[in-house]
Amino acid sequence: MTTRGFTGRRQPPEVNDRIPPGQSLTDDFPVLSAGPTPRIRLEDWTFTLKVGPKPIVKWSWAEFNALPQTKMTRDIHCVTAWSKLNTPWQGVLVDDVLAEAGMEPPTEFTLAHSYDGYSTNVPAKDLLDGKAMIATHYAGKPLTPDHGGPARLFVPHLYFWKSAKWINGLQFTTRDEPGFWELRGYHIYGDPWREQRYTGD
Amino acid sequence: MREQIVATQAKWQKATITGSVRRTPRVISFFFKPAFPFAYLPGQHVDVRLTAPDGYQVQRSYSIASAPDSGDIIELAIERLDEGEVSTYFHDVATPGDEIELRGPVGGHFIWTIADGGPILLIGGGSGVAPLVSMLRHRTAQGASTPTLLLYSARTWDELIFRDELLDLKRKSNGFDLALTLTREHQSHDADYNRRIDPAMVAELLPRMPASAKTAYVCGSNAFVSAAADALIAVGIAAAIIRTERYGV
Ligand SMILES: Cc1cc2nc3c(=O)[nH]c(=O)nc-3n(C[C@H](O)[C@H](O)[C@H](O)COP(=O)(O)OP(=O)(O)OC[C@H]3O[C@@H](n4cnc5c(N)ncnc54)[C@H](O)[C@@H]3O)c2cc1C
Repeated sequence: MTTRGFTGRRQPPEVNDRIPPGQSLTDDFPVLSAGPTPRIRLEDWTFTLKVGPKPIVKWSWAEFNALPQTKMTRDIHCVTAWSKLNTPWQGVLVDDVLAEAGMEPPTEFTLAHSYDGYSTNVPAKDLLDGKAMIATHYAGKPLTPDHGGPARLFVPHLYFWKSAKWINGLQFTTRDEPGFWELRGYHIYGDPWREQRYTGD
Repeated sequence: MREQIVATQAKWQKATITGSVRRTPRVISFFFKPAFPFAYLPGQHVDVRLTAPDGYQVQRSYSIASAPDSGDIIELAIERLDEGEVSTYFHDVATPGDEIELRGPVGGHFIWTIADGGPILLIGGGSGVAPLVSMLRHRTAQGASTPTLLLYSARTWDELIFRDELLDLKRKSNGFDLALTLTREHQSHDADYNRRIDPAMVAELLPRMPASAKTAYVCGSNAFVSAAADALIAVGIAAAIIRTERYGV
């Protein structure tokens, strides 16, 4: 359906194939979240790897930062229809977290848990083979609280709400358990290229 | 805290602009009649989609300012950003009778109905007052007296969207209290403050509520929401009762 009188801007043609359907390019870095920004002191920060209810390994900030560091520059896509290209992140690959724990993925699904009590579900295979990290740095600097610091999940091939801010744990689950936003109308998987914004898309 | 969980399937559909009302120099309310009217809850938003002749599309989110109690017509209060792609289309091109596409309702967290109870503390910045006005209109339509305090920040007296409606509601009281702050105007008018929201302001206002807030709702630009939510936390309000809706940038 054409909207009478609407011409609109166009994306620069050279980046057209990097922008999923319904998304617009931005140079800003929009912030969206359900509640206030938690302030987490690094001396209190921990990251716990769990299988079901059972904690397997728990890292302190210093221990976690001693794990192998990886840099990833990727395009990100927010469900509120913003895309931002070439965002530079640094952190620990989920592959390296599992290697450090001496573990193969024990189940097919995960829930990422955060300091503010929220959670999001991501299939295990979407976190492996270099696809995702626990990010601690953005553009060479420690991740700010508004953008999820001290650490957030970074899984750029899914809509950005899946890249849980203020992460404090990754839990392997036997079922695909919807997280906070997924229970509230957002898509269970969230592939921007298939425009999976909301339940039923 | 218990929370009702709302998950809906919202399909794109046509909606006709039935009218518009200028609210402030930069904000116009548009009224839409969806081809397939839907139930929604105060605080939810819709996504709006525009399509150019060559198929190019954009979409944006807008909070619903009307209350579900008022029928099928949906009100969106749209602020004009001078270089904005979608807001300038609405301000400069769209007229009653035009059709656009929308889908909704969206959002299952930033919601309040009278069943959720109170007291509630509402904090809005600029066009971020829209979903809070939906909650207030719902409260009024239901004849509820839920203790409610709205702290509303705008640049100037003339940029207070829904100003007369809110002042009128305050005069009728029935448990509703209003505090206004103007950040770029220093003549007094009836504004309570002339500065950005800070912890001292919140600390001074909270005793005006009959009991401590059960839930706080904060909506506006990202910078506004961060500052206001931090102010609430600074005066000891638990993070778990604060819900935020950020307009992104
Ligand atoms: C859940 C939700 C609810 C929302 N509800 C409402 C609502 O009720 N009412 C409402 O008005 N908006 C609302 N918004 C914001 C809305 O979705 C759009 O972002 C807004 O209308 C701008 O879109 P645009 O296409 O006009 O601007 P865009 O073309 O997207 O441009 C916006 C960008 O351009 C810049 N920009 C352009 N012009 C200016 C300017 N004059 N001053 C400063 N920066 C400028 C900004 O930096 C910004 O990054 C909501 C957003 C969300 C996520």
